[in-house]
Amino acid sequence: MTNEKGVTRRGMLKTAAAAGGVAIGSGAVTGFPTIWAQNIKDVTLRQFGTGVSDLNEIAAQCKKDTGITLKLTAMDSDATAQRAITQPDSYDIADIEYWICKKVFPRGVLQPMDTKKLTYFDKVVPLFITGKLLPDSVIAQGTAPHTVGFVEGKTSTKFSKKPTEWFTMMPTIYNADTLGIRPDLVGRPITSWKDLADPAFKGKTAILNIPNIGIMDAAMVNEALGVIKYADKGNMTKAEIDTTIKTLIDLKHAGQFRAFWKTFDESVNLMASGEVVIQSMWSPAVSAVRAKGIACTFQPLKEGYRSWGGGLGLAKHLKGLELDAAYEYINWYTSGWVGAFLNRQGYYSAVLDTAKTHMEPYEWAFWMEGKPAEKDILNPFGKLVEKAGAVRDGGSFYERMGHVACWNSVMDEDKYMAQKWNEFIAA
Amino acid sequence: MPAAPQGAAATAGGRGRMRAPRSALAPLLPYLQSIALWLVMGIFLLIPIATIVIVSFWDDQDYALVPAFIFDNYRDALGSWVTWSTYLQTIEHAVIVWVFTLSIGFTVAYFLSFHVRSSLWQMVLFQICAIPFLTSNIIRMISWIPFLGRNGLANQALMDMGITDHPLEFLLYSPFAVILAYVHLYALFMVVPIFNTMMRIERSLIEAARDAGAGPIAVLRHVVIPLSLPGISIGTIFVVTLVMGDFITVQMMSGGQSASVGLMMKNEIGLLQYPEAAAHAVVLLLTVLMMVWAILRVVDIRKEL
Repeated sequence: MTNEKGVTRRGMLKTAAAAGGVAIGSGAVTGFPTIWAQNIKDVTLRQFGTGVSDLNEIAAQCKKDTGITLKLTAMDSDATAQRAITQPDSYDIADIEYWICKKVFPRGVLQPMDTKKLTYFDKVVPLFITGKLLPDSVIAQGTAPHTVGFVEGKTSTKFSKKPTEWFTMMPTIYNADTLGIRPDLVGRPITSWKDLADPAFKGKTAILNIPNIGIMDAAMVNEALGVIKYADKGNMTKAEIDTTIKTLIDLKHAGQFRAFWKTFDESVNLMASGEVVIQSMWSPAVSAVRAKGIACTFQPLKEGYRSWGGGLGLAKHLKGLELDAAYEYINWYTSGWVGAFLNRQGYYSAVLDTAKTHMEPYEWAFWMEGKPAEKDILNPFGKLVEKAGAVRDGGSFYERMGHVACWNSVMDEDKYMAQKWNEFIAA
Repeated sequence: MPAAPQGAAATAGGRGRMRAPRSALAPLLPYLQSIALWLVMGIFLLIPIATIVIVSFWDDQDYALVPAFIFDNYRDALGSWVTWSTYLQTIEHAVIVWVFTLSIGFTVAYFLSFHVRSSLWQMVLFQICAIPFLTSNIIRMISWIPFLGRNGLANQALMDMGITDHPLEFLLYSPFAVILAYVHLYALFMVVPIFNTMMRIERSLIEAARDAGAGPIAVLRHVVIPLSLPGISIGTIFVVTLVMGDFITVQMMSGGQSASVGLMMKNEIGLLQYPEAAAHAVVLLLTVLMMVWAILRVVDIRKEL
């Protein structure tokens, strides 16, 4: 039913857009066409993505600030890639991770964005433009966002090595992931990825079973164990994949793992119930365990973090008024309110300057500068996450994002990797 | 459905001069009446299966489906040891679960139909068996997880009773947990058809057997079991097909550590490898059909019913 409604509304919008087009064509309108700005209030944008950022609070604020109605669909990583490619007409905005973008964009289902229309393009963290957080940073291995951040032209689907005027996605959210631990149950300091393979934790560890992400955690463990030194963890050769999977299978046969998890909730339950004391984890999952009153640390490790980033992409079919509404929405998204909302959950906003203006100084000091909390820290839903005096695990933004060892990746040998991963699960 | 009004109109108008068309239509009537069934079967069964078979011969490159006629998907599926070990594991699960559900199902059905005399109590007890099925099977499955966990009720009880001094790890995220959940979920599928056939056994046959000098075991072997075979085979078909196609029970109860054929397909779909998943689906379909055929070879359900 909703679909049919959407179709007729769409038809009307096209007429409106055509009228707008005439207005522009006549040269009567300069700058932002006001006639469109009025109509944007009637537009509905359909967005899908992973659960991390597709939240109803964001849709409600968007309606309030811009008048645009957002229809959100949250799904898991694999499902987002599927939907993006196989149902390109079912969405207007794709909220996907950069490694998924590497699979999706070459399929021609998204359209490049004109960076001139992005109000905050100049303020995007350089990580997404040049790959370097600071001018002297070393670029991490794997599918770093800047490598799939630009295409060669307006209609191109070919990724550009250098920044161009055509953005594949406007970056919105990213973070540095590491191992989560139960400090009360591990019984010793955890300093390295190789601790996941320590026989002391036999039957009490878990790794995530999303091949593209799990393989990166496995690579960090392998390298820390000294089993192998990768040329590029994010683009392994077949031999490197074989070695990595062999270590995993040996560990599995030795009974090292308690479980493999696929969803956020599973990882929270494994940790909170004490089934597992050290495992791959995501930052809000650590907060969720802590919210139950159970000690849980997102442990910084000497080899560095495995990082991920996501952004908003425009569906190919968008044009006219809807395309303008989509740009308007993305500009609103990066104008600060959402950035602060994401920062307060422990993620990072890609446009930090605007997020800062929407956060209290003590919040900024805690989340971004790694300073002890002056007051109790609440998450955006009003729930207490840290008491006054606490310090964020891993410290400041630059300490955390400055120690990224690799990004979530899609390898050239992706299919082979997936096959081998299935062997590991079946072994 | 369109057949019905047409037929009705013909009958209504057939009183007068419409007699000729009515007799012309008469031989076609059975076919017209079966149109509804054919439509349902066609749309919801034949077309989807045909699609899966067609896609299983397609190619996929860079996450896109490419229409083709290649055997690579079957070659990859049947040539990999992962497929074979996964099928072996799934079949092993099916056999173990079958043994347990059959013993439980047969015992429960036997008790209900031969030991409970009042038909009111029979129905009450039968309904009690069905009550857990008022909730979703995922909830019934998940509720085992906190119970069997390292710090769960089962381990606490065992330790409090002094039976063990450390938590038993094999209770959860293990083959034990998978089998337990399966048996719990599917035992009723065995109880119902066996109970149904047992209720139809002529009680005079049992009396006759006793009069002829048969003991309780001989009655069971020569009268009850042979006459319950149709129910047993229907229950077996239910349990075997459910276990062969399952993916969620295995994933949740083994903590993602063991594989099943369904899970393998789900992973392939997750990686957008539809043709490979379709090939696996066709192989699974054929395997299950052969298993059902074998069961029906042993017991001719139609004849027995």
